[in-house]
Amino acid sequence: MTIIILLIFISLTIALIFLGAFIWNIKSGQYDDTYGPSVRMLFEDKKKIQSELTSPKKK
Amino acid sequence: MSQINPHYQIEKEKACYHCGQPCNSDLLAIGDKPFCCTGCKTVHEILNENNLCDYYSFEQNPGVSPSYQHHNTFQFLNEPSIRKRFLTFDSSTFCRVQFLVPNIHCVSCIWLLENLQRLNKGILQSKVNFNTKQVTIDFKPDVLSLSDVAQLIASLGYVPSIHLGSNSKPISSNKSLVTKLAVAGFCFANIMLFSFPEYLGLDDGDHQLKVLFSFLNLALAIPIVSYCGQDYFISAWKSFRQKQINIEMPIAVGLAALISRSYYDILFQTGPGYLDSLSGLVFFLLIGRWFQSKTYESLSFDRDYKSYFPLVAQKWNGLNWTPIVVYELKEGDQIKIRNLEIIPADSTLINRETLIDYSFVTGESKPVQAKKGDLIYAGGKMIGQPIELIVEKKTSQSYLTSLWNNEIFQKVEESSYQKVIDRAARKFTWVVMIIAFTTAMYWYFTSPSQMWLVLTSVLMVACPCALALAAPFTYGSMLRVFGKHGFYLKNADVIERLSAIDAIVFDKTGTITNGAADVKFVGVLDEQEMSWVKLITASSSHPLSNLITKSILQGKNQQLDYFNEASGYGLVGIVEGHSIKVGSASFVEFNGQLPDHSSLVFVSIDETVRGYFKINTAIRKPIAELVKKLKANVAALLSGDNESDKERMKEIFPSSTQLLFNQSPHDKLQFISDLQQSGKKVLMVGDGLNDSGALKQCNVGIAVTDDTGFFTPGCDGILKGDQIGKLNEFIHLAKSATTILKVAFGISFFYNIIALSFAITGNLSPLVAAILMPISSISVVGFSSLAVNLISKQRLR
Repeated sequence: MTIIILLIFISLTIALIFLGAFIWNIKSGQYDDTYGPSVRMLFEDKKKIQSELTSPKKK
Repeated sequence: MSQINPHYQIEKEKACYHCGQPCNSDLLAIGDKPFCCTGCKTVHEILNENNLCDYYSFEQNPGVSPSYQHHNTFQFLNEPSIRKRFLTFDSSTFCRVQFLVPNIHCVSCIWLLENLQRLNKGILQSKVNFNTKQVTIDFKPDVLSLSDVAQLIASLGYVPSIHLGSNSKPISSNKSLVTKLAVAGFCFANIMLFSFPEYLGLDDGDHQLKVLFSFLNLALAIPIVSYCGQDYFISAWKSFRQKQINIEMPIAVGLAALISRSYYDILFQTGPGYLDSLSGLVFFLLIGRWFQSKTYESLSFDRDYKSYFPLVAQKWNGLNWTPIVVYELKEGDQIKIRNLEIIPADSTLINRETLIDYSFVTGESKPVQAKKGDLIYAGGKMIGQPIELIVEKKTSQSYLTSLWNNEIFQKVEESSYQKVIDRAARKFTWVVMIIAFTTAMYWYFTSPSQMWLVLTSVLMVACPCALALAAPFTYGSMLRVFGKHGFYLKNADVIERLSAIDAIVFDKTGTITNGAADVKFVGVLDEQEMSWVKLITASSSHPLSNLITKSILQGKNQQLDYFNEASGYGLVGIVEGHSIKVGSASFVEFNGQLPDHSSLVFVSIDETVRGYFKINTAIRKPIAELVKKLKANVAALLSGDNESDKERMKEIFPSSTQLLFNQSPHDKLQFISDLQQSGKKVLMVGDGLNDSGALKQCNVGIAVTDDTGFFTPGCDGILKGDQIGKLNEFIHLAKSATTILKVAFGISFFYNIIALSFAITGNLSPLVAAILMPISSISVVGFSSLAVNLISKQRLR
């Protein structure tokens, strides 16, 4: 029986960690712009390739 | 961005490679890429030089046609006091600035604005927030000044919006609501989990577990009530002190009954408590709030003249021109205004003749000729060579801005208007109180020990959760439907007010008519000569020249041998040995009878007058049909313009509509308020600053705009210009929404009656409560969202 109680507290703790993470997400403004990141990830690679091709000395 | 937005059918190959606007000739082309104006071509060249042509690979014709800019327009940004207002971080090696750029509209915009470091080494990094249309730029102040940064993005067509009200923009977020929702969801799910064994029936041998679960539930319920549900208690207490009953009051009473009864049951071990119902209730209520709080972040509904007026003016300090913040302008200051700049304060013209465009401020559609010594009102846009002025009145006391000193702008938003939901809640609360009281009396005499249990049960199930969800979901869904069709409302309450409208008032300039112009040539010009005229007008940035350039379809790439612009008068050019003049009647020395018309531009070739261009502002196409549909509800047309359009307006509006011209902003406000005095619920449709008072005074104020990035006056809703024909449907849908809401109320009452019958007889077990409450909420939410979407699909195909 004690194992159930132990498991319950472990599950609650994990759930609390996730809740905390979500609240931190909100506070740090990760949901402020919901459109930008979705397109930004698509042209990130292209930018690198281009800058390597055009100006290889640039960092 | 220019207001001129012609709705021509554009053949694909003729669309400007940069911005997609029609370009009717190959005058400006690089290879097979046509451009509509030199601005677009320049931007393309900049991008090409810097290997940024990927810009064109994300979207077709993504660009923004850059408006005419002076070289040192942004010089004032380097003044320490102004600079401080824009920089969010400032040191000698690193600066961060945030600009609002209304033109951001697509993927290409994000890409280009985030690759600014490839255009200029002084820029370290830039980041776009697409929702708020802001760009944050980090730069090295020792390489670039702030004005250079602004100039750089402006040169690409992304002109930062810098106005008197610029840097005070606390965009309210619903972060705290989402946090509450997250906490409520967490607690709700866990409480449900711990209540599950109870539903299935635990054996007596598991008594220890049972106690543990109920105490865990108690602990989880604490944040639910004290944090997630606190708004309901606060709001209920406030309205109790004002001796009013709102929807929050029965909710708060229900929540209090639920929590106290559960504590009693658990602590005295008389039962498992109703914490599952309680947490579910709060969770659903918060979802309703969140659903309703949908806002359009990039739109602003509370703007006043401050976000239209410039931030600085050029003042003569005896030695040279220095930038001065407009607030600090005093009577007697000498200021300089350049082409297309806005006059910051009522002032007297002291050097030359000029044209002033008041269309946005007074509704006057034709630019006004101003002579030396004339008083020029704040808010007018100057067209032509730089002028010098002496300030007569401070900005805040100018003719136009004094409108904001009217009491209507002083009073707090919350009006005496009573929402349907609060009226329903009041009746509901009284009924519940009577039922609770009689039930308590009955049980007091039959079985006193049961009295408190039954009383709390009644209060618990009477909690109008479904009732409170009906409005957010009905109006919230409607808000989204409207948004999809280009009609953006400030909040969901506007729908309710819109449904009660019985009088509609229109503004003329910008609302009935739009920026697009109807250009006709009267006279004789062959194709060859027409293309010469185009060549000349294309070289000028005057609004009338732009209109003429766009209206001439043919055009060949020819050499312009000479060009000169006499600002305020006209243009002179020499093509293939012919001297061509385009301009006012006196400029081309036209001595005949002047046709009585608003805007005329004459053309002469080799000193013979060949005819004139007749320029009319075009009436929006769907207006005539819309007015027919709205019938007698159209109460009036209020125009700040002169009566020259009266005949045209008479054709559109029925005889019952009052057509009033030469209306000042104050007249408009007064007219609306008189109409309201006679018991009408007024909808005002306007667009300019001159409508601000009327839009604020009326029951629902809607601003019409062709470009949502452009300035709109303070209002309840913003309607896209091309959607104005649907206004009648929008009003009907708002009415349907109110009907749907009433049906949803009926459904929720039905469930309440079932639940009450359990409670009164003393049979409300936690399981029954846990089933009934979510079912009622879900069916109300489901019904209202479905009904709204079905009806709107029928109406707005």
